[in-house]
Amino acid sequence: MTKTSSSRRSADDRLFRLGTGFFAFLVVLLVAGIAYELFRDSRLSLEKFGFHFWRTTTWDPVAGQFGALPFIWGTLYSSFLALLISTPIALGIAIFLSELAPRALRTPLAFLTELLAAIPSIVYGLWGIFVLVPMVRQLEVHTPDWLKKIPLLSGPPLGVGMLSAGLILAVMVIPFTSSVAREVLKAVPATQREAAYALGATRWEAIQAALRFGRTGIMGAIILGLGRAIGETMAVTMVIGNNPKISPSLFAAQHTMSAVIANEFTEADTDLYLSALIEIGLVLFVITLIVNALSRFLIWSVSREIKAKAPKASAVISTRPEAAA
Amino acid sequence: MRQASRRRALSNVVVSLCGLAVVLALIPLVLIFIYVIKQGFSSLNWDFFTKMPKPVGEAGGGMANAMLGTLWLIAIAALFAIPVGIIAGVYLSEYRGSRFASLVRFTADVLNGVPSIVIGIFAYGLAVLPVHRFSALAGGLALGFMMIPIITRTTEELLNLVPPTMREGALALGATRARAAFGVMVPAALPGIMTGILVALARIAGETAPLLFTSFNNRYFTTRLDQPIASLTVQVYTYAISPYDDWHRQAWAGALVLVAFVFVFSVLARVVTRRLERMHRG
Repeated sequence: MTKTSSSRRSADDRLFRLGTGFFAFLVVLLVAGIAYELFRDSRLSLEKFGFHFWRTTTWDPVAGQFGALPFIWGTLYSSFLALLISTPIALGIAIFLSELAPRALRTPLAFLTELLAAIPSIVYGLWGIFVLVPMVRQLEVHTPDWLKKIPLLSGPPLGVGMLSAGLILAVMVIPFTSSVAREVLKAVPATQREAAYALGATRWEAIQAALRFGRTGIMGAIILGLGRAIGETMAVTMVIGNNPKISPSLFAAQHTMSAVIANEFTEADTDLYLSALIEIGLVLFVITLIVNALSRFLIWSVSREIKAKAPKASAVISTRPEAAA
Repeated sequence: MRQASRRRALSNVVVSLCGLAVVLALIPLVLIFIYVIKQGFSSLNWDFFTKMPKPVGEAGGGMANAMLGTLWLIAIAALFAIPVGIIAGVYLSEYRGSRFASLVRFTADVLNGVPSIVIGIFAYGLAVLPVHRFSALAGGLALGFMMIPIITRTTEELLNLVPPTMREGALALGATRARAAFGVMVPAALPGIMTGILVALARIAGETAPLLFTSFNNRYFTTRLDQPIASLTVQVYTYAISPYDDWHRQAWAGALVLVAFVFVFSVLARVVTRRLERMHRG
C-alpha cells in the first residue's frame, strides 16, 4: 500500500466519523432545541407570573388569570395512584415471567403483556369513555353513604375522574415497568438464587434474594413507569373530567398538565394564554427529563454492578418494551 | 418444623399471587380487544374506507381522508427520520466507546421518554407559529422526531449483534470504514433494522397528542404540506368526545383499524426478531 492511499484512507475515515457524528449530533440538538423553544415561547408567562404561576389555583383564561397548581396536583395524584396499582402487578408479572413460568409459556406471555404497550393511547381513551367510566360510575353509585363521608371518596358519582384516570394509567404503565423489571431479574446472576436454595430457602426466599440484588434496577423500572404516567395525555384527558379543581377525592373530576395542553392549546386566543400553556409544557418536559434520567441511571448502575460481579452474565438491560417484545 | 411449613406456605401464596398478576394484566388487554373488535366490526363498512366525513349531524360518511392523512403524515416523518436514525445508529455502534456516543445514547433515551404532547409543542413552535397555519409538515415533523430515537437505538443494538469479524474482514480487504459500515455491517443487520423501523412506524401511527395542534384536522384530503390534514387518531378523538351515536360508532371502527395496524406490525416485528435470534444463535 502506498503512502498516499493510506493517508487518503485515514482522511476518508475521519470524514466518515464526522459525517455520521453529525447525524448523531442531530439527536442532541433536537433535545436542546426542545428545551430552548419551550423556554422561549413561555417567557411571557414566566416573566408575568414568576413562581406565582405554580402556587395559585385559579385558571380563568377569560380573566387572564393563570394558576397551574391544579394541573400539577392532578398529574402527581393520577401518576402516583397509577403506580400504586401498577407496581405490585408489574413486579408480579416480572417475577412470574423470569422465575416461575414454564419455559414454553414465558415468551408468549411476555409478548401478550407487552402488547399493552403497543395499544395506542387514543384506543385506551375510547375504551375508557365507553367501558371503564360506566363501570366506575356503577362502583361510585354503589358506594355506601358512610364511606362517602371520607374525603377520599366524596363527591357525586360522575364516573369520569381521578379513579378512572388512575386505573387506565396503571394498565398503560404495567408493560413498561414489568418488562424492565423482568430484564433486571434475568440479569441477576443465577448464583444468587442457587446460594439461597443451598441455604434451604423456599422459592419466594430465593426470589427475594434476587430482588434484593437487583433492587436498584427494579427502582429504575418503577421510575420509568412514573415517567410514562406523567407524560400520558390522550387516555387521561378522555376520562379524568378536565376540571381544574384540586380535590383529594378519587371520585372528583380533575385535570392534568398534559390534558390541559391537549384541550386548550388550539383555543388559546391570547399570547399570554398560549405562553401559559407552553410553560406547563416546559415544566412537564423538565420533570420527565429528570425522572427518565434518574431511571436510566439506576438501571445503568445495576447493570454495571452485575457486570462487575459476574462478568459473563449478559447485563444489557433495555428500557423499551418495544425492543424486548 | 412448624416454621418450615409456614415458610413453604408463604412461598406458595406469593407464587400464586405472581401468577394472578399476569392474569390481572391480561384482563384489560382481552377486554379492550373484545370491545374494539365487537364494536368496530359492527360499524365497519365499505363507506368507512371510501367516503369522506359527513357534516355534523348527518349520519353516514367515512374516514377515507383520515386514513390517507395518517399514511401521508407517516410518509413525511419516515422520509427524514429513517436516514437520520440509521446514520446516528451507525455512529453509536462504530464509535461505541467514545464519550460523545454515550451522550448521544443517553439523549436518545431521554428523547424517547419526552411526552409526545411536548414534542407537539416543539413542532408547533417550529412550523406552525412562524406561518400561523396548521400544516401536514408540522405534524410530520412531530411524528418524525418521535421516530428518531427508536430507530437510532435499534440500529445501534442490531449493528452490535453483527460479528465484528465481518467489519475486520472488510477493513483487511482495504475497505474504508464507511464502506465497511454501509456496505457490510448495515446490510448484515438490515432485517433487524427494518424491524426497528416497523416498530417505530406502528408507534407513531397511533399517536394523537402531537397532532392535535400541528396537523390539526381537515374535512377533505390534500397532499399539500402547508395545509392542515386529517389523521385517523385525531378523527377518532373528535368523534369519541362528540355527542353523536353515529360518530361514536365510527370512532370504534377507526380504533379497530388502528389496533389491527399496530397488531400486524407488532407480530411482524416479532417474527423477524425471532428468526434473527435463531440465526445468530445457530
